[in-house]
Amino acid sequence: MDIVELSRLQFAATALYHFIFVPLTLGLSVLLGIMETVYVMTGRPIWREMVKFWGALFGINFAMGVATGITMEFQFGTNWAYYSQYVGDVFGVPLAMEGLMAFFLEATFVGLFFFAWERLTKVQHLIATWALAIGTNLSALWILIANGWMQYPVGARFNADTMRMEVSDFMAVLFNPVAQAKFVHTVSAGYVTGSVFVMAISAWYLLRGRHAEIAKRSMTVAASFGLASALSVVVLGDESGYTAGVNQKMKIAAIEAMWNTEPAPASFTVFGLPDLATHTTRYEIKVPWMLGLIATRSVDKPVPGIAQLVGLAHDRIRDGLIAYRALEAVKTRPRDAALRATLDAHVGNLGYALLLKRIRPDIENATEGDIRTAAASTIPNVPVLFWSFRVMVGIGFWFIALFALAFWLSAKRQLDRYRWFLKAALFTLPLPWFAAELGWIVAEYGRQPWVIEGVLPTALGVSNTDPGNVLFSLIGFVVFYSALLVADVYLLTKYIRLGPQTAVVPASRPAEAVTE
Amino acid sequence: MSYDTLRLIWWALLGVLLIGFAVMDGFDLGTAALLPFVAHNDVERRIAINTVGPVWEGNQVWFILGGGAIFAAWPALYAASFSGFYLAMFLVLATLILRPVGFKFRSKLDAPAWRSLWDWCLFSGGVVPPLVFGVAFGNLFRGVPFGFDGDLRFHPDISLLSLLNPFALLVGAVSLAMIVLHGAAWLNLKTEGDVRMRARGVMPFAALAFVVLFTAAGVWVSRMDGYRIIGTLVANAPSNPMTKTVATESGAWFANAAADPWLWLAATVAYMGAILAAALRNRPGFAFLASALVPAGTITTAGTALFPFLLPSSSHPGASLTVWDASSSKLTLAVMLGAVAIFLPPVLAYTAWAYRVMRGPVRERDIAENTKSAY
Ligand code: HDD
Ligand code: HEM
Ligand code: HEM
Repeated sequence: MDIVELSRLQFAATALYHFIFVPLTLGLSVLLGIMETVYVMTGRPIWREMVKFWGALFGINFAMGVATGITMEFQFGTNWAYYSQYVGDVFGVPLAMEGLMAFFLEATFVGLFFFAWERLTKVQHLIATWALAIGTNLSALWILIANGWMQYPVGARFNADTMRMEVSDFMAVLFNPVAQAKFVHTVSAGYVTGSVFVMAISAWYLLRGRHAEIAKRSMTVAASFGLASALSVVVLGDESGYTAGVNQKMKIAAIEAMWNTEPAPASFTVFGLPDLATHTTRYEIKVPWMLGLIATRSVDKPVPGIAQLVGLAHDRIRDGLIAYRALEAVKTRPRDAALRATLDAHVGNLGYALLLKRIRPDIENATEGDIRTAAASTIPNVPVLFWSFRVMVGIGFWFIALFALAFWLSAKRQLDRYRWFLKAALFTLPLPWFAAELGWIVAEYGRQPWVIEGVLPTALGVSNTDPGNVLFSLIGFVVFYSALLVADVYLLTKYIRLGPQTAVVPASRPAEAVTE
Repeated sequence: MSYDTLRLIWWALLGVLLIGFAVMDGFDLGTAALLPFVAHNDVERRIAINTVGPVWEGNQVWFILGGGAIFAAWPALYAASFSGFYLAMFLVLATLILRPVGFKFRSKLDAPAWRSLWDWCLFSGGVVPPLVFGVAFGNLFRGVPFGFDGDLRFHPDISLLSLLNPFALLVGAVSLAMIVLHGAAWLNLKTEGDVRMRARGVMPFAALAFVVLFTAAGVWVSRMDGYRIIGTLVANAPSNPMTKTVATESGAWFANAAADPWLWLAATVAYMGAILAAALRNRPGFAFLASALVPAGTITTAGTALFPFLLPSSSHPGASLTVWDASSSKLTLAVMLGAVAIFLPPVLAYTAWAYRVMRGPVRERDIAENTKSAY
């Protein structure tokens, strides 16, 4: 494997691993805030026990989230040095803001959350808990602004003197519509994860007839919060589809395995077997109009297909070559105004010309055949995207059904009545993680071959280190992370088995009355 | 504000962040590094660990913010240093990853083998990062081999072994001594009984080690080749490190201090801090403040000696990264400066509040009463 593949693999592995812990932190922190608010408002100690119990599980997960996040923060520099140099002027800003506004908040108050129960008043502790929850959510906001910019690089332009992208409009980076859609969708996914976690474990207790008081209350909270979040995930997942449809037409086409332009109103393929070799999809089952509505919010605009988008890429590569030649000349004649004017006129397609670098280093001499190969390389892996997307969406609808049912049962106070319902809730436990990881695969793998859509090809972003180093660190992370995951799951299951009282009530003090 | 002023401010802020990291995270790293020496049984180890339990996480954000701020303000430095020192960085990350998990997992099970495993993880997380950062700093003085191509792609030629040269190892030892001193001063402040007495006993030795090693490093630097920009220097040109000429010259790292004797103050602060920390160890509060001066003085000494260099290149001196040619654009520097001015004060305020809430020593009783919730 070459350095590019190794670096991608390492990034994918460490990011997907980080995102095992992130959604649970996002969801549980808000649920803790809600439960503690009930405690402070009603004064009933059982709600405090609930906060402490779910808080203990939160803590185990949080530690893993922090540990794996540290890797992410530095990996752009270690493994994506040219990327960092090329876009750091823009991309570094949200990362720094995340540290300043979010990580300090969550990391300072997580200490008080765990250690200051006896030192703070009820209300002060509640504030600490909410500060923690707000911190985690702010962190998601900033990192998704960074990630949204990679999908839709607004508010920046290329500077030939510094050979990199520089910010031209901060507000555009901040209020990037893609980032907004991503934020709401991803944070809602986190809330769903937290709700499913609480609901599944409570269901397990009810199935075993243990801790019924805590389990039923927890489930009630999870059911209503989960229902709202699941609706938000689906409605705003659709918004992600729309923003991707506007900015990343190739991604939408690949998700849909749409090899050729669909005349308006475009239909949505529910099932099919995309074939990379022949560029066809077999056994399609289509729902008329649906795709046009998702991707263009209209019934009269066509949705462009892969073949047509490759044709477009072909034109953009040719245009980008004009910019590239001008740029090379500017390097030796920096004061030539005409050259700079040429560069400015075509710089929007410079990134497309850089796609040729994977094929030959002297891209100014690219042949028509090279250009055709480069244009074809803009097609992402269609079957992977097609299926990842459908599984994510399927799981999303299942959540709505499950939480709607749970909400209805909790309104009728019958949460513990039907064993089949409790079993369904229990077996849903792994699904939010599946959906979220698949979502990232759609978003990131679907962006390939770009690391910054239309600006910088992934293959150019890597560092110039020895591939042996990257192989070493990749193996190191895999071994390390696997060992940590074993310890993490072991501890979580142990504490879940122990259950609320044994796990969190101090040994030397009499247990507080658990029922009202 | 002009571009060169902004660059100068961000150079100073880089120093502030490094000092923030060394002062704040420094004492919990130092505490972990002292764990096997000051705590002889499980209760004592839990006492030591719980002195930092509620605060280490916030402290660590200084490190993370350091990474983020270098990325935003000095992208070329972020790209070059972390990819250039690839394996060293991996080592730091690997040991830092063990810390959050070590703190959280250690006391969740009773088995002695489990606890001792995590204690060793915490220990390595306390020793390795200060050592590696010191070694990296040492290599800045010697310069590391790298260049850039026409696309400003960074081409390093650095092996892990070449980083482990005697001078760099000496600076690594300076860094470790200062962190150990700071950790001992913290334990002296936040514990009672045996743990405190042992930590207090460490302080004079750590202070002495620091003074000796720091002096040795200073003498060595005065004799080694330093770097100097020659020719006219445009401090507000676009950031491109390939447009200047750099020469090496014996003793050049002392040129700044020779031109401006006030700079000696930084080294004086470092010495005074170490001496006062050891001398005042019976007054733990003062001693801790004094030991916080050591990283502040040391980092300022190193930073001002290197100025305006950030990362000198030994193979292509002209490609060295400096304050004047490795920064972000003017707009980014200005916006980030505004963000720091607005958002750092509240951070400092709630951090101070958190320390106030958790004030006072950790006693054996605190552990016994909270066996389940304490670390
Ligand atoms: C949508 C949310 C999200 C996403 C996409 C990411 N993170 Fe994350 N990160 C969080 C949400 C989060 C969090 C919820 O705030 C965490 C997870 C668990 C935790 O403890 O905090 C966290 C922790 C965390 C930490 C430790 C913070 C601390 O000490 O408190 C760092 C340094 C990062 N992350 C950095 C990154 C980077 C560089 C990412 C990009 C590749 C990234 N994260 C993706
Ligand atoms: C934590 C959630 C995330 C997950 C699970 C995730 C997943 C992935 C995956 C699967 C890849 C590999 C794609 C491929 O190479 O084929 C990837 C690549 C990458 N992602 Fe993400 N990503 C996450 C968040 C982010 C964020 C927030 C950013 C930026 C702030 C980001 C930046 C990158 C970069 C730089 C690469 C490497 C270049 C590339 O291969 O495209 N990722 N990510
Ligand atoms: C009907 C349901 C859903 C729809 C229509 C939907 C749609 C989408 C789309 C279009 C993307 C890609 C955005 C991009 O390429 O930038 C995406 C990404 C993602 N999805 Fe979903 N999704 C749904 C359900 C879910 C569920 C149930 C979860 C998890 C609980 C989830 C988690 C994610 C995550 C974490 C990402 C990556 C971050 C992002 O790009 O926003 N999604 N989703």
